[in-house]
Order: sequence, then structure tokens, then C-alpha cells
Amino acid sequence: MADGAPHTEEREYEQRDSIAKHPLLPLVARGLDFGINGQRIIDDVSFWIGSNGRTVILGPNGAGKSVMLRLCHGLLKPTRGEIRWGDMSVADAREQQAMTSQKPVLLRRTVKDNLLHVLRVKGVPLGERQALVDAALEQAGLTDLGGRAARDLSGGQQQRLAIARAFALKPKVLLLDEPTANLDPAAVRGVEELIGAIGAAGTKILMTTHDIAQAKRLAADVMFLNQGRLLEHAPAMEFFSSPKDPEAARFLAGELPA
Amino acid sequence: MIATLDADLFEIVLLSLQVSLGAVAIASIIALPLGALIALQRFPGRRAVVILLNAMMGLPPVVVGLMVYVLLSRAGPLGSMGLLFTPTAMVIAQSIIVLPIIAALSRQTIADLHEEYSEYLRSLGCTPMQSIATLLWDGRFRLLTAIMAGFGRAIAEVGAVIIVGGNIQHSTRVMTTTIALETSKGNLALALGLGVMLLTLALGVNAAALVISDTARRRYG
Repeated sequence: MADGAPHTEEREYEQRDSIAKHPLLPLVARGLDFGINGQRIIDDVSFWIGSNGRTVILGPNGAGKSVMLRLCHGLLKPTRGEIRWGDMSVADAREQQAMTSQKPVLLRRTVKDNLLHVLRVKGVPLGERQALVDAALEQAGLTDLGGRAARDLSGGQQQRLAIARAFALKPKVLLLDEPTANLDPAAVRGVEELIGAIGAAGTKILMTTHDIAQAKRLAADVMFLNQGRLLEHAPAMEFFSSPKDPEAARFLAGELPA
Repeated sequence: MIATLDADLFEIVLLSLQVSLGAVAIASIIALPLGALIALQRFPGRRAVVILLNAMMGLPPVVVGLMVYVLLSRAGPLGSMGLLFTPTAMVIAQSIIVLPIIAALSRQTIADLHEEYSEYLRSLGCTPMQSIATLLWDGRFRLLTAIMAGFGRAIAEVGAVIIVGGNIQHSTRVMTTTIALETSKGNLALALGLGVMLLTLALGVNAAALVISDTARRRYG
């Protein structure tokens, strides 16, 4: 491999040519460690993501998925190791990314003002804001709720608003942390449809989930994380039909982690 | 007594409001960004500043009055400005009393809100100024409560205004100083009447603050 990463499991997925089109890919991590108070949360993780498809970080609760996502986004600094987005550092790449949290962080404002806040911070000219707000509202299916207080929305609506807000300025990469945790099936469907539409528009999506069925529905490739270690990284079809790692196989079979 | 509100009394109440509202306005302009800054910025000695600020919420008004008196007295460093025994001096003294209250309460509000928003703000790449503006705006109703607390303190305070204002008729006489004077003169009816008015005012302000923040919490979460 060109970058000489030590990981032999890594693959350059089918879409090698999509890298040329995407300024932030491949995403390369080498020897990542992250710990707090002597407790290791991420343990020697390396990977290579070249495809523009949806990458799903799968694993049980407490596996380190959210921390992994925050390391990639630069909200946390690895104790050791390095991450590169294309030829950019994590800090530079963040300007072209957006992230949502498991519990959406919505401002104490109306739905519309939540969208406007992002546009204002990013310096979008006044004249262009309305059209972008309208587009985001429509995409999130919230057109009629623009004047409502954002925090009064239902869980699914809140998550859709957070994702649409993150996507309002068409970032190159969208990082989603457990976007459907604690949502009922109907709300999950709405959120997944939104994620699907955004992915189809050419934005790289990197998301975490502990929901196997959701990973099956959404993933192009799966990174299986358990106890801070990346145990398997494979195209989704391969991973779900014949997982190579015994822990992953046990997880997919519905057994509780040892 | 209250019903036959005469011109003198009206003057006293008006000056009370002018001085205290003026002090709260000046203090807020400094205290709100200051509170936000201390809440957000990491710097050496930050904990000490927070402790000091919280402690200064209980500044004895008499001591503040004395300090301002020394500063503004003819022989003091600012004596040439001739501010002693003017409403301006009273505004200065009350601003100093109120500032730590508003700053400390707003620091707490902003810190709580920042804990919730920080990841979003960092992900978005907000500058410190943008973050502060966002937090001040979203905390506006709770900050209003902090400002009201400052006003409650200012309007009820007597120690500082009597020292730097001097309780001069038609010039620096406010409700609290009048109550003190009339009580010592034995004019209890007037003192009690003013006391009732002061209480009503304080009660009204606090009720308004509560209603506003409750309504806001219901509307915006």
C-alpha cells in the first residue's frame, strides 16, 4: 500500500477512482491510541478508508465507537498515532466536515433559527440564507415546523433537524454518532432515508451504530470495534455473510460480548 | 399616603429607579461578556477568579460606598471630577456592588450551557466571539434573571448610596435613604409607606423575571 500502513487487512475498495473526486479521502489512521485516566478506550487502531460509500463503525456499547468518531473529527486528540484526511490534517479537514451527536445538540431557538445559526457562523451571504434554509427544511421533512421551538420536536424530528443542519452547507464528510439510538422504528426509517439521500448526493458518511440491522441497511463497509480494538474492517456483504473475526461473528449471532 | 403620591415622593422613586437601572445597565454591559469569558476561557488562576467573583457577590455596600467615597472625595484621585454627592456617584457605587452578582450568575449560566453546546460549537469551528454570542443569546432568559437579581440588590441597598450620595433633598435622595432618614426622625408613617412601595417594586421585578424565564423555558426548552 502506498502509505505503507502496517495493516494488511486493509483493502482499497472497489471505488479507488472516487478518491480522485473526493478531496478528503482516503481517511488513514495509523496506530491510534486514546486513553483517559489510564483507561484505554482506543487501542492501537489503524485503518484505511478510500471508498465514498457509507462507512459504519459497528460494535457493542462501550466499544469506543463515539470516541473513534470524535478522533476522526478532531474533537479529541489521540494519545498516540495519527489521522490524515487525504493530504489534510484533521484540523484542516474539519472545516469541510460536520458532525451530529447521539443526543442532538439543538439551540434554544426555533427550527429555522437553528439552521440560520450555522449559515451565519459560516459566513453565508444574507441573500443566500433563505434558500438554503428552505432546502434544508424540505430535506428534513420539517417544512411546516420552521417556526417551532427546536427542542419541542419529537426525537426523530430533532435528529433529522440536526442532520439537515449539519448538511446544510454540503460538507464533504458527514460524521453521525448513533443517529437513531432511542428512536422508534418509524422515526428510524425517517432518519435513515435522510442519511441515504445525503450519501447519494456524494457526501462521505462515517457513522456509528450498535444496531446490526441498521448497519446491514446502510453500510458499504463495516468497521467492527470491540473494547477499543478494531477487530475487522471489510465490505458490508463480506462482513455480514462471513465475518472473519470470532468476536464479530459472536456479535452478529446476537451473543453478548464476553 | 401612597394614594396621595406627591411630587416629592415621585421624585424620590424616580431617582431610585434611575440610579439602580443605570447601575444595572452599566454593570450588565461589563458583567455579561466577562462572565461568558471566564466561563469559556482556560487561563491560569481561573479557579481563583471564580472563587473571588462568587465571594464578591456579598460585598458589603457600606465598604463599597466608603471606597468610592475615598476615590471621589476632593482629596481623592478622582476628586477633581466633582462627582461626590451626585447621582452619578451613586450609580458608580451601585455598579460595583451589582457587577459581581451579574458576572458570577451569568458565568454559571454560560458554563452550564457551554457544557451542552461545546461539541457543536467546536465542530462548527466557531470563533470565541461567535461562541460567546451564541451562548449569551441562548441563555438570554436565564441571564435576565441574573440581571434582575442585580437590580433587586441595587434598589434595596442603602449603605453605599447614603455615603456617596449624601441623601440630599431634591438631589440624591432615594427610597432607601429616605426610609432611613424618616425612621430616625420618627416619621414612621412616611417610612413605612416608602417601605411598602420598595417591597412592591422588588416583588414585582422578581415576579416578572420568574414569569419571563418560565415562559421562555416552556417555549424554547
